[in-house]
Amino acid sequence: MNGGLLTILRGDSSLELSQYRDQHFDVDDDEQEKSLEESSTLYVGNLSFHTTEEQIHELFSRCGDIKHVFMGVDKIKKKACSFCFVEYYDRLDAENAMWCLNGTSLDDHIIHTDWDLGFREGRQYGRCRPGGQASNVFREDSDVGRGGSGKQAQAHDKRGVQ
Amino acid sequence: MSRRRHSDENDGGQPHKRRKTSDANETEDHLESLICKVGEKSACSLESNLEGLAGVLEADLPNYKSKILRLLCTVARLLPEKLTIYTTLVGLLNARNYNFGGEFVEAMIRQLKESLKANNYNEAVYLVRFLSDLVNCHVIAAPSMVAMFENFVSVTQEEDVPQVRRDWYVYAFLSSLPWVGKELYEKKDAEMDRIFANTESYLKRRQKTHVPMLQVWTAEKPHPQEEYLDCLWAQIQKLKKDRWQERHILRPYLAFDSILCEALQHNLPPFTPPPHTEDSVYPMPRVIFRMFDYTDDPEGPVMPGSHSVERFVIEENLHCIIKSHWKERKTCAAQLVSYPGKNKIPLNYHIVEVIFAELFRLPAPPHIDVMYTTLLIELCKLQPGSLPQVLAQATEMLYMRLDTMNTTCVDRFINWFSHHLSNFQFRWSWEDWSDCLTQDPESPKPKFVREVLEKCMRLSYHQRILDIVPPTFSALCPANPTCIYKYGDESSNSLPGHSVALCLAVAFKSKATNDEIFSILKDVPNPNQDDDDDEGFSFNPLKIEVFVQTLLHLAAKSFSHSFSALAKFHEVFKTLAESDEGKLHVLRVMFEVWRNHPQMIAVLVDKMIRTQIVDCAAVANWIFSSELSRDFTRLFVWEILHSTIRKMNKHVLKIQKELEEAKEKLARQHKRRSDDDDRSSDRKDGALEEQIERLQEKVESAQSEQKNLFLVIFQRFIMILTEHLVRCETDGTSVLTPWYKNCIERLQQIFLQHHQIIQQYMVTLENLLFTAELDPHILAVFQQFCALQA
Repeated sequence: MNGGLLTILRGDSSLELSQYRDQHFDVDDDEQEKSLEESSTLYVGNLSFHTTEEQIHELFSRCGDIKHVFMGVDKIKKKACSFCFVEYYDRLDAENAMWCLNGTSLDDHIIHTDWDLGFREGRQYGRCRPGGQASNVFREDSDVGRGGSGKQAQAHDKRGVQ
Repeated sequence: MSRRRHSDENDGGQPHKRRKTSDANETEDHLESLICKVGEKSACSLESNLEGLAGVLEADLPNYKSKILRLLCTVARLLPEKLTIYTTLVGLLNARNYNFGGEFVEAMIRQLKESLKANNYNEAVYLVRFLSDLVNCHVIAAPSMVAMFENFVSVTQEEDVPQVRRDWYVYAFLSSLPWVGKELYEKKDAEMDRIFANTESYLKRRQKTHVPMLQVWTAEKPHPQEEYLDCLWAQIQKLKKDRWQERHILRPYLAFDSILCEALQHNLPPFTPPPHTEDSVYPMPRVIFRMFDYTDDPEGPVMPGSHSVERFVIEENLHCIIKSHWKERKTCAAQLVSYPGKNKIPLNYHIVEVIFAELFRLPAPPHIDVMYTTLLIELCKLQPGSLPQVLAQATEMLYMRLDTMNTTCVDRFINWFSHHLSNFQFRWSWEDWSDCLTQDPESPKPKFVREVLEKCMRLSYHQRILDIVPPTFSALCPANPTCIYKYGDESSNSLPGHSVALCLAVAFKSKATNDEIFSILKDVPNPNQDDDDDEGFSFNPLKIEVFVQTLLHLAAKSFSHSFSALAKFHEVFKTLAESDEGKLHVLRVMFEVWRNHPQMIAVLVDKMIRTQIVDCAAVANWIFSSELSRDFTRLFVWEILHSTIRKMNKHVLKIQKELEEAKEKLARQHKRRSDDDDRSSDRKDGALEEQIERLQEKVESAQSEQKNLFLVIFQRFIMILTEHLVRCETDGTSVLTPWYKNCIERLQQIFLQHHQIIQQYMVTLENLLFTAELDPHILAVFQQFCALQA
């Protein structure tokens, strides 16, 4: 791992950018990476379908003042999807959330957090046909909280769910 | 897989730096990696790893000396839990290369001076400790270390300096002694005795007014909550009595004694402590948190006593591990459970105690509260057979001692426990706590359970909470967080404004504009007024009532719906809440609608402040109003107040920053002009100067608002506390009711949580509010606060 002493001790590896890049976002890769390093918005994945805005607000408020929670929506069914965006006022609060909340439990689901470019209209819709989240369609195991077994039994999850 | 980050290396910051080859970069990275990793689990012994590494570094000295110096200084500062490993390494290098040893010592002294100037006192302690352990490694001559400590302790003779300054120098001296006391006493016992005598007389005469404010429990049983210097002094006294026999610290240099004692030592240059300045900020005093002793783990290894130096060293090391690794909780947990020498101590008890010590520390934990929750969960995962039991034991003990626990600490206990439970399906043996069911609901234990269940509900949902507790606990379960709409049912037909409410509801549903809403509200009579004013928009509580009730009811579905409603009808809100009474009434009505849903209340207050529908002072007044007196001791009220104060503080900081940036911009412009001799930028100056003037006014206005907010809060506290005290005196009843304990500790909490800002207003507070005429109970809180940085 190319992390120096300073990197290790600053815990920057927990903040490192995953491989995900938004393909629809109208910005090239370098600019995307720069924005991600300044962003104070987090993508939160692997939520239960029943998890509410209020629950997310309660948990993520423990890291700082939240500006906005955008709930993910199934484009076709117009119902809650298993992801959301949490935007903080201060980047440091988002960093605390990445350090402390990533990989912990909400509503009996281990949630996954990642840096995001910031909410734009349209990004709240799950991109995968039939309208839900890509990682759900490919889920192999049955998950009652997530609406049952994945539509395709293929173990491919772009978002790195734990 | 993670992406590589750009290296943020800066080789000494030289403007014309030598162009490094990629090979050189790789070597430097390799060296860094070797140095960081030494001491970790390895196939080889620590001694052979150290010897090997010393060889590698010695060979690289010709080409990479400054890098190696910097790396070693950095690990001295940032990895104090591996202190003796790195001092041994330096000792070996010094034995091979005397000059390098000298340069390293000089670099350390430079770093120490910089740390002190930058107010990095906590890191400076580690540097001092490192230097003292270098005596054990034959790098530094003992007499010169003694001389440095003499200078440290002579700071206790300084006059007109804060006590916390003198405290730090004494602490730096005493806390190094577990490592080097033996050696220094062997070489210079007379001088050390003198330093000891000076230290003792200082400790006897220093004032300890601040202690009650920092104690987690007010009771002295079962474990006294000692002031940190008192505890350390007792520990060092005991160590001295035991003739400096200390067996806990890992000392790799002992294995290299034959090599090291051949080495030439260096003398520390005479060290004068940098003088006190206005900008110096010293660490706050602490109280040592103890919750366990040897009786708590009867089957395992014995827990070292509270005045044993082993206890000090173990706790120091565990605190250092947390400090180094808290951002990576898996690493942190792994490092904690693999603490060297763990088989001889009840490590899990120490870990749990140290974590709670940090979480409950007053004024504030060293790191963000939520980190401790997730760290403990990680530890439970890592040691599922042993740690959860210790944690359960700890929880039980904390519950038992709730009666004397500081309210701020109870808050943190509530937040920790509820979040923890939510990660374990809320499984808990609630029946064990049935004793709280028969107590006065306002007393600490039932209150705690109620607040925990409320927070648990926020992380799940209402029915879940009803399901997880036994039926006997239903009285402590939170209310179903539903909206209360007063115009909703048939019986409300007779309420004034009812028809307008219905009208509004229709208008809202058909996407009315602000103007349309205004015109509907125009006809609402004002119950308060005798004479009508021209526009009819003075404070009209009925208008506010029908508007706020109806809108919030329609938007009740979620936070997002409510925020949208506030945004869409912002204009109406602003107009109705223009006066102070208007603001207060908006808050009152909002509270009536959502009194079952404290979380909603909190987010609505937050939004209303941010969109300037209400201001911070209005929120403060509302919290102390009679409408809230029934809920005055509930946690959500205080979370709202502190959040409000924080917003005010952030606002002031933001504008101050804008002003600074504008001033800097102007300074840069001036400099460029004097460089270029360009007269045309005179005009540019004008605009910027105007902006600065405007920002200056903004800053003054914001600071004034901030000061006023604190004055309002303190005034209100004084009023209600005085009322209570006078009433008790008249009635002849005891002052110490649960309400009183809660209220006085809430007052303390204001001081503690915002101490940096409040320091600016001390003179005003002393002259206006906290005068000598005040009841001594209340005045004591102010005096304790003053003592914190005195």
